[in-house]
Amino acid sequence: MVVDLLRHAWLVARKDLYLEFRSRTAITSALVFTALVLVVFEHGRDPTAVATIDLAPSILWVTFSFAGMLTLNRAFNAELENQALDGLLLAPISRTSLFWGKLVANLAFVAVVQIAGLLLFTLFFNVPVWRVWAPLVAVMILATVGFIAVGTLFSAMVVRTRFAELMLPVLLLPFLLPPLIAAVEVTAKLLGGRPLSEVAGWFRLLAAFDVTFVTLATLLFPATVTE
Amino acid sequence: MLSARDVSHAYGSLRALDRITFTLDRGQTLAIFGPNGAGKTTLLKVLAGLIQPRHGTVQLAGGRRAIGWIGHQSQLYGPLTVVENLLFWASLYDVPKATRRTRADELIGRLGLERQAHQPARTLSRGQAQRAAIARALIHDPSVLLLDEPFTGLDRVAAEELRRLLGELAAAGRATVLVTHNVEEGTELASDIAFMRAGHFVAFGPRAGRDAVALAAAYREAVGGG
Amino acid sequence: MTLVRSGRWITGIALLLVAGVYVRALVYTPVEIHQGLAQKIYYVHVPSAWSAMLAMGMVGLASILFLFLKDPRYDRFASASAEVGTAFSLVMLTTGPLWARPIWNTWWTWDARLTLTLMLFFLFVGYQVLRGAVTDPGLRARYAAVVGICGMVLLPFIHLSVYLFRTLHPMPIVLKPSKPSLPGSMLVTLLLSVGVFTLLYVGFVMQRYAIGERSDDA
Repeated sequence: MVVDLLRHAWLVARKDLYLEFRSRTAITSALVFTALVLVVFEHGRDPTAVATIDLAPSILWVTFSFAGMLTLNRAFNAELENQALDGLLLAPISRTSLFWGKLVANLAFVAVVQIAGLLLFTLFFNVPVWRVWAPLVAVMILATVGFIAVGTLFSAMVVRTRFAELMLPVLLLPFLLPPLIAAVEVTAKLLGGRPLSEVAGWFRLLAAFDVTFVTLATLLFPATVTE
Repeated sequence: MLSARDVSHAYGSLRALDRITFTLDRGQTLAIFGPNGAGKTTLLKVLAGLIQPRHGTVQLAGGRRAIGWIGHQSQLYGPLTVVENLLFWASLYDVPKATRRTRADELIGRLGLERQAHQPARTLSRGQAQRAAIARALIHDPSVLLLDEPFTGLDRVAAEELRRLLGELAAAGRATVLVTHNVEEGTELASDIAFMRAGHFVAFGPRAGRDAVALAAAYREAVGGG
Repeated sequence: MTLVRSGRWITGIALLLVAGVYVRALVYTPVEIHQGLAQKIYYVHVPSAWSAMLAMGMVGLASILFLFLKDPRYDRFASASAEVGTAFSLVMLTTGPLWARPIWNTWWTWDARLTLTLMLFFLFVGYQVLRGAVTDPGLRARYAAVVGICGMVLLPFIHLSVYLFRTLHPMPIVLKPSKPSLPGSMLVTLLLSVGVFTLLYVGFVMQRYAIGERSDDA
């Protein structure tokens, strides 16, 4: 049973990955946008006034947040085009498989954009990332999963309303904040060379947030697609 | 094979379905005629399991796996080719990997889509898209077909082809429910007829050899200028 | 008595009590040493925050009940609670700066507590906007319920973030693990204020619910 659940989820995710690979629109725009934001920050700052290392966490995470929002917008668009969503609902797969498939695909896209963003970031801003790359990657993952879960859930609803692109950020903003604060705090401490023990509390908060909201979103998803 | 017992459904206070009851066996084709808003699509969605009705039960031998749905939307993914679409849907329905490709090729051949097989679905014409949608619906060899206004937007030739195909499928033992607001379209295929208005069947019975003209007259009488 | 009438009575009584508590706050409660007279706003700000969070909690609970029981009355209650919650969070957002300005010499700081106050407001606004954007009532109720439940679950995380974050904001002195460290008389005024605002919440929601009921039946 669980095997089927995961297998179907993977089929849905793989289909999304194929679709995105075919058209490449969402990822391209997210990557371009990320680069643009970083360039603007790079030119806008005055290195004599504020040390890069103080600004760095905020810049990084603002960039990630925007990129995340952009990739979420694409999540259910393809399904509406020819009512493929109805087809997915008719198929003998559970709603959970459908949701997890979408979630995995979204996470994959966001991961690509975040990795590229991180690389560009280390290129533009001379910040010692490599010393702490492991916990940094860990916080990137933890701060993203919960938020994208809620984002995937909301995008399933918002895609059928008017002003969908505007609705999603408005609804998601409050859910962005706890992981964002945690992420910025942890990144700042990591880049500042603080010991890991100081950020343990934040990691626990992020983990709790992720577990809670992935579970909640999974449970609530069927309510968004049944009639 | 497919039966509905006392199915009722409402949207808020609006009664969408009212005590629908019928049974359908292998090889039977039920054509449901009714004006817009009569609840035809809602009934079809209840039969498919997309909507849980407030009252009543639907029994479908084989569950969701046994249903093939053809509507006026193709349910295809634009950027993927016809073959890729078929293979994807086949995998969702757990069609064994070994047979997926052969079935897809078979259906593409049967529906005359050889030249479009490796084109993105969004490049297909309306008629081609409809045929691809039919292929998608049949890829897992469903025993029950649910058709929601399938002739919409089809030209004469395409419509005739669809009728022929549906006839073959029924002859091969599939149970079919066809829903439409146009009496002329579904008549020849049907073994049983129902007229629907405001959520319930105002008439139900075997076609008994009546032709489109006779049925249209009966329809107008039963439904009242629908 | 109809729901609207009793709602109005309760609101009226609550408003009188608010006035009463305020007299107590201004005249009978000692002035705080460090913050001076401006600290009196505390007695409006904190209870508003409490009512706003109560409203969000109620939205969440009603939403859960709606999804399980499918009774539209729960959806109507959630909608009423959300509107009332929006109003209270606006009070919270305006009294916050009014309190902050005399003390820290700035209208707004992006510290944790105020920011998170803003987030609660956004949650309510988002909820209302979503309701406004969906025309089908069944869909609207279900979508709103999903957002409402997520919002309610988000609240504890907002609180947790406050504890972990170094902040300008006075550390929570009432709702913290150890005993409340507010001196006796102030604590009493605060608790009275919270009680009265809760009553106000109830009165408002009753009226709003009744209006919703009437417009649904119309």
